[in-house]
Amino acid sequence: MEKQWAELTPDEKREERFKRWLSPRGVTFSSPEAEKAYKERVTRLIRALKVQEPDRVPCILPASNFPAYYAGTDLRTVMYDYDELKRAWLKFLHEIGDQDTFFGPVMVPPGRALEAVDYKLYKWPGHGLAGNTTTYQCVEGEYMKADEYDDLIKDPSNFWLRIYLPRVFGAFEPLRNIPPFTTIEEIAIMSFVPYGLPDVQAAFEALLKAGRESLKWAAVVGEVSQEALELGFPGIMSGLAKAPFDTLGDTLRGTQGIMMDMFQRPAKLQEAMERITPLTIDSALSSIGPSSAPIIMMPLHKGADGFMSEKQYETFYWPTLKKVVMSLVNEGIVPILFAEGSYNRRLDIIKELPKASVAWYFDQTDMARAKEVLGGKACLIGNVPTSLIMTGTPQQVKEHCRKLIEVCGPGGGYVLAGGANIDEGNPDNLRAMMEAAKEYGVYK
Amino acid sequence: MSGDLVNLLADLKEGEVMGLVKQRLDAGEEPIKILEDSRKGMEIVGQRFADGEYFLPELVYSGELLKQVTEMVKPHLTGSATRTKRLGKVVIGTVAGDIHDIGLNIVDFMLDVNGFEVYNLGVDVPVEAFVAKMKETGAPVLGLSGFLTPAFDAMKETVEALEKAGLRDKMKIMIGGGQMDDEVKKYARADAYGKDAMAAVSLAKQWIGAS
Repeated sequence: MEKQWAELTPDEKREERFKRWLSPRGVTFSSPEAEKAYKERVTRLIRALKVQEPDRVPCILPASNFPAYYAGTDLRTVMYDYDELKRAWLKFLHEIGDQDTFFGPVMVPPGRALEAVDYKLYKWPGHGLAGNTTTYQCVEGEYMKADEYDDLIKDPSNFWLRIYLPRVFGAFEPLRNIPPFTTIEEIAIMSFVPYGLPDVQAAFEALLKAGRESLKWAAVVGEVSQEALELGFPGIMSGLAKAPFDTLGDTLRGTQGIMMDMFQRPAKLQEAMERITPLTIDSALSSIGPSSAPIIMMPLHKGADGFMSEKQYETFYWPTLKKVVMSLVNEGIVPILFAEGSYNRRLDIIKELPKASVAWYFDQTDMARAKEVLGGKACLIGNVPTSLIMTGTPQQVKEHCRKLIEVCGPGGGYVLAGGANIDEGNPDNLRAMMEAAKEYGVYK
Repeated sequence: MSGDLVNLLADLKEGEVMGLVKQRLDAGEEPIKILEDSRKGMEIVGQRFADGEYFLPELVYSGELLKQVTEMVKPHLTGSATRTKRLGKVVIGTVAGDIHDIGLNIVDFMLDVNGFEVYNLGVDVPVEAFVAKMKETGAPVLGLSGFLTPAFDAMKETVEALEKAGLRDKMKIMIGGGQMDDEVKKYARADAYGKDAMAAVSLAKQWIGAS
């Protein structure tokens, strides 16, 4: 008899998830060739992630909002016009040529949903940023006050709903005044009264509106991803998770706030990170679909070189990040840790993770040193400089890829990719990356 | 005793720093001397940052301590504060379309503790604002900060606008931050790329002729 899921070892769970990724349910491939290509691509990625030699080095094209500009439109437009969103991403999919994995437009948020709730945490083109800006950006601030640690630690859901969300969503302001849901007990005598108040009703109306808009958007995003799958292009990212330090430092306390806390209230900071850790893990696990790639992307921010000392990294950043990572690994998930900036001074700390359990996606880290320290232990991903892909020639890009493959490729466990993503530039520079993978990345 | 404040601040001893400042104020000491000591303490912080002993958290914390000291001292200040002699003016800012300022503020801090008069224009600075500030201050050095890729073009456009305004040959321009590098420097036609705040300081020193 088959073992129950809970009885499987982490390795068995991962193998099972890989198997489902290889033969996705609900996908009717457009042709036998497409199915064959899909399986080859997924196998190639799986072998690299397991730090083995695939048939050749796989390549992730660093094209986040690029399809919009490739198709002659822009981010502002596709955040509001889902037909244009779909047209742009499908045009890119069909015209860019062979690729090992395809990113759907899931990172392009629906503008009207954000407007419905008066989202303040981000600025986007036409909404706080000039209309021709190619990215949306986070507005740093102190969205959680220094004296609110206890509120967060005592009851994170209540803190989120009634303190944090009203600060980042203007429309949720009235939610400050609703009682915590945990006050609803026994027969509901007074429980519903607050929800009859006009301003609270308006807050929920805004939420419903954002929901309706997001559903329209999600349908379009789903159509694009489905078409890519049917044509044989696998997705690689099923969800996102953050290091608990970044959750607190990016959008709650802010950089300034959390760095003060490291000196003024280190115990509270640690306690809050511990409190957030299981929530992060649950949220990541729930984002993995039954046959999607068993991969969680973890963008890492404030632990980069220069942001803190090794000692501070080991004290404040790494312990809870490691907990999140290992909990995912134990569930058969492969976390891809995307280290923004450089991680040269972290390599000797992060090498302690079990062999072939995670992949490190480096932005500006020295790849030769990374290969030396992590080679054979973790899959390495990266890192053609973004500036080169945006401003260089295809020949320069290809040459840079060749050198990277020479350094990182031997023995397997390497995926060619950009340092960060590009939004504009010469599409031939992306094609040059694929060419390089095929020309220089074949394992014999 | 004056040496104590310098080192206590440099060592980030919050309680002791505030205690000592209060003690010195109560003893009727000239407030300006306390501020001078604080500046010396901050210079040591900057030096330790440059030496890789301190990192961003220490800069942030020391900045907060300095703010607290200044607030305590301010009510006691009489007459005009004597300005310490500055090496020269540097204008800095994050270019249009980019709202990131962590790196920008580190550069501000380091230029300041190294004796430069810093005009920090903040984030998402329109091209015209850079041109106007360079005209107004006559600063010989401009630092452009950017984190994301839209900054590539914004930097290029800023440099072009300065050329058009006939100001370009009166200044040196350095760029830095996030995805910036020598490729972007070439693309934007700036004079130098600095990989961190220490590079910004040494470029400014080199260009302003101090060492």
